[in-house]
Amino acid sequence: MQYSKKVMDHFMNPRNVGQVENPSGVGEVGNPTCGDIMHIEIQVKDDKIEDIKFRTFGCAAAIATSSMVTEMVKGKTLEEAEKITNRTVAEALDGLPPIKMHCSNLAADALHEAIKSYRQNGVTSTSVAKGCCQDEADSPCEKGMEIKLPE
Amino acid sequence: MRSVYIDHSATTPVDPLVFEAMKPYYTEIFGNSSSVHSQGQKAHRALEESREKVAALIGAKTNEIIFTSGGTEADNQAIITYMHNNRNKGNHIITSAIEHHAVLHTCEFLAKQGFELTVLPVNSYGEVEPDTLREAIRPGATALVSIMHANNEIGTIEPIKELAAIAHEAGAIFHTDAVQTVGKIPVNVAELGVDLLSASAHKLYGPKGIGCLYAKKGVRIGSFIHGGGHERNLRAGTVNVPGVVGFAKAAELAQQRLCSQEAPLADLAKRLTDGIFAAIPNTRLTGHPERRLPGSVSVCFDYVEGESILLMLDNYGIMASSGSACTSGSLDPSHVLLAIGLPHETAHGSLRLTMGKDNTQEDVDYILEVLPPIIKNLRAMSPLGR
Repeated sequence: MQYSKKVMDHFMNPRNVGQVENPSGVGEVGNPTCGDIMHIEIQVKDDKIEDIKFRTFGCAAAIATSSMVTEMVKGKTLEEAEKITNRTVAEALDGLPPIKMHCSNLAADALHEAIKSYRQNGVTSTSVAKGCCQDEADSPCEKGMEIKLPE
Repeated sequence: MRSVYIDHSATTPVDPLVFEAMKPYYTEIFGNSSSVHSQGQKAHRALEESREKVAALIGAKTNEIIFTSGGTEADNQAIITYMHNNRNKGNHIITSAIEHHAVLHTCEFLAKQGFELTVLPVNSYGEVEPDTLREAIRPGATALVSIMHANNEIGTIEPIKELAAIAHEAGAIFHTDAVQTVGKIPVNVAELGVDLLSASAHKLYGPKGIGCLYAKKGVRIGSFIHGGGHERNLRAGTVNVPGVVGFAKAAELAQQRLCSQEAPLADLAKRLTDGIFAAIPNTRLTGHPERRLPGSVSVCFDYVEGESILLMLDNYGIMASSGSACTSGSLDPSHVLLAIGLPHETAHGSLRLTMGKDNTQEDVDYILEVLPPIIKNLRAMSPLGR
């Protein structure tokens, strides 16, 4: 399996890692069982994403897509940010290995959860990843099993 | 930049002495070992001399060794042909949950064909407890028990002697996948009491593409690959003579090194393990703390993912492996780590460092310099463990 240069760059030197002070929206997507969790915090001002930070548990693709999505939307309007999809994030990274396309490519989903959270007045919005184990009929993710994150 | 290969359970480099021994068999003594003429005779002689050396490494008789393309083929041949050839002995196979897929998937393949399969659980060290086998075995029905000698991921050495005795008491024969032990620790088929054993050359500084199946005299296995009378009608196909010669040279060298190598490797492993635990909190050792392969260190780091660790290490020239989903090529972490009772999220953070004869204390110290900050950085990036 070979990652593109851009993926490796964003993995080795991730942009916008950390937390936003008093975030106006917080989104989280993933599932530790499947090996990927993406947590995104945004600061919104005048309908624009003024600041954005992420923390991610996962493989190089998970970290690189998280980093890339933060770079893509910083300074953009919410409307523009909502148009970004997992696929456009992968394209911006010059593609991902096929097996990673549906397992670790959830950064746009995490961003959308954060925007949803902002629209719901800052309540953290969490969704269990459906994508990560979609080929495995008997996986806990497919059954929608709730996973408690470690404290 | 320093380069540290520390993934010897995956494969080893070919020893230069092995490569030298093989060379003439590509260009000068290139004959087909089945041919009548003098080229063929020379190749045939090399084949039989090699068989003696490989047999000697595991205490077998010469005519009990069948050369195969590797450990996977040996596992397939042992299990599939024994079960098909001995239907009168029973329909039931027993194996363990931590076997290599070469055994596990082969047993599952037979289960789909109508054979009965029991997959034994292991304890938290990854050991098959003798009592578990005693409870599962059914005299008259169980024909074959297959338990690996040592596990490739966590390094635990199984109590083969005891397990084989239990199998024999119940009238079953015993196969062991010894790919990880042959050449690394003393392996003697008579002492272990095994009837079938698989080995591979590339784990002991031999070439890839060659291995062997030991089949005790009187154990009725059959041909798995058809199309010729090679290997006493048990493995058709022109024999890979250069590979066999390389395997034999590697076996000879391994035998010479066995006594002198084990202790230094264990010392290096201890230095590495102690260093990791001193520098990195929220870490656990996987596998048995003592009854494990010399030079094998396997750990899980909470809150981080294995592939990320591997790529960061590779950036510093350190080549290791992991049982995380992303590195297994599937969406689940390693079946071995799940079988020893680790939760998925812990299994995703696994790292395996397996040392070889050329690793040094400087290598260990370099890893101990590079690894802790990598884990620290990845944890700082992780939303878990906050």
